Amino acid sequence: MTALRTVLAIAALTLREASRRRALLAIAVLTVVLLLLSGWGFSRLAAESGLGTLTSGQARLAASQLLNLVMFGFSLIAALGTAFLAGPTLSGETESGIALAVLARPVRRSAVLLGKWLGLVLFGSGFIVLAGLAQCLVVLGTVGYWPPQPALALALLAGQTIVLLTLGLLLATVVSPMASGVVAVGLFGATWVAGVVGGIGEALGNEGIARVGAVSRMLLPTDGLWRGAMHAFQDPVVLARFGAELDGFPFLAEAPLTAVYLGWAALWVAMIWGLAAASFGRKDL
Amino acid sequence: MTAAGDPPTPAVWCSGLRRRYGRRPAVDDVSLEVGRGEVVGLLGPNGAGKSTVIKMLLGLVRPDAGEAMLLGRPAHDPAARARVGYLPELFRYQPWLSAAEVLALHVRLAEAGVPARERRECLSLVGLADRADDRVGGFSKGMQQRLGLAVALVARPELVILDEPTSALDPLGRADVRDIVLSLKSRGVAVLLNSHLIGEVERVCDRVVILDRGRVAASGTLAELLGRRALRLRLTDVSAEAEARLAATGDVVRAGDWFTVALPAADDGTAGSDVRCDVVPDVVRDLVTLAVRVHAVEPARISLEERLLGILRAGQGGDR
Repeated sequence: MTALRTVLAIAALTLREASRRRALLAIAVLTVVLLLLSGWGFSRLAAESGLGTLTSGQARLAASQLLNLVMFGFSLIAALGTAFLAGPTLSGETESGIALAVLARPVRRSAVLLGKWLGLVLFGSGFIVLAGLAQCLVVLGTVGYWPPQPALALALLAGQTIVLLTLGLLLATVVSPMASGVVAVGLFGATWVAGVVGGIGEALGNEGIARVGAVSRMLLPTDGLWRGAMHAFQDPVVLARFGAELDGFPFLAEAPLTAVYLGWAALWVAMIWGLAAASFGRKDL
Repeated sequence: MTAAGDPPTPAVWCSGLRRRYGRRPAVDDVSLEVGRGEVVGLLGPNGAGKSTVIKMLLGLVRPDAGEAMLLGRPAHDPAARARVGYLPELFRYQPWLSAAEVLALHVRLAEAGVPARERRECLSLVGLADRADDRVGGFSKGMQQRLGLAVALVARPELVILDEPTSALDPLGRADVRDIVLSLKSRGVAVLLNSHLIGEVERVCDRVVILDRGRVAASGTLAELLGRRALRLRLTDVSAEAEARLAATGDVVRAGDWFTVALPAADDGTAGSDVRCDVVPDVVRDLVTLAVRVHAVEPARISLEERLLGILRAGQGGDR
């Protein structure tokens, strides 16, 4: 019971920090800008197809691609935001001395870490769900496209954020706040690039290159979850029709995620969290 | 809580604490005890290991060896810290919270159930009543240290550990801290006070533990440490024989004609008690017998500072 209260108190504190540190404001402004720009873009798309230069199938394909592209932007904001919150909130506090007074209370360090993690998960997932839903509504309003599995897609995007912030927390227990954010975001970008490279390998039928993507998706599941989310956002009928021509295109995914991969991603998060708890528990302050 | 009749467990007890950083031992076999309601001062030069000892007691630094108990529970158990207040040497509090919110957070973490009115009283005790709703980010260092003091006091502690509590305070603030420590003492709250300011320690502490290079160099009540008095004599025509007579009484320091002789402590060792009553007349009689001309004989009291310096220098001398 005591541990649970600590977890909830620290989670609430972390959410309050995120809202008061202007992180929330910065992210909200970025999100609104992105929503407005994409709204304008999608309305142009609707206007073009209305002129008859695009078939309805092409328009839906373009909408799918554009939706994925914008969602990638959101996932990037969420990833950057949480990774740069996770670092300062943990290693920044141990460096500055804020953690001394908190950890001298009758609390377990693992409970404090879980509270921070939970707060960041709520923050990141909340952002993804709100911004993603707003984006889907923008697309619906402008081009009349509604993704087939929006809930699954948003859940997978939230999962991607959770993977990255868990990694950010682990890094924050061993390196400085800034470095942990930079390394987490760097790895995120590298995995995405490796995923694109792997996709090109698959399109070219080169198994060696294709394996690059597969291996990187196992090492850091952000790209795998992202591909699953993309698949849930796109129109399956259109994809089946044009799929072959678009092999290797980075903003379309051919296959849904398997349950095994989702299980692996959950296990990965649990393992990295466990490592972070062990590292934080042994740390001298 | 101990059952009625049981002797109360000490507020702090540790034995054989050791900690190395790399090859350098920071804390080497430190044992100490703070009784319930007792105020104990931790003294020593920079790098003596005082803060590391405190952090090991609070579970912030893992000891390589040794045991520690807080309020009767093993220190590695977080529950041991339920009734412990701590002001760290590096005092920083969430800058995005207000002072009142910081106290509310700590009360929640300590599960102390302290009502808002009592938390406000705690803030006014440290002089922050009118800043309760201001963000900590805008506080000066001194105000943050005052807030730290309030954090240490807010959850109705039975033991308060203060690590350099006046490092950022002005003389008025130092006097406030002294009053707060004395009021804690009067309420039976044990205090472990780490301070560079010997005068501060001398005024409020019942006992003193002196650390030097990670070891306990001396410890005892102020009376035990300071009960030794000294005798200042202005002498001429001092023969070797006379010097030997002085040395037989205690350590002698000579500055020109002035001789300062440390006198053996009184047998009972209580505070303020004098040296065995016949020592001074005996010395003077013997000096006169040895044809020494005695110009002045006056009592001198050893301050804690002199005693501390003496202990630390003796430690260094023994090393080289």
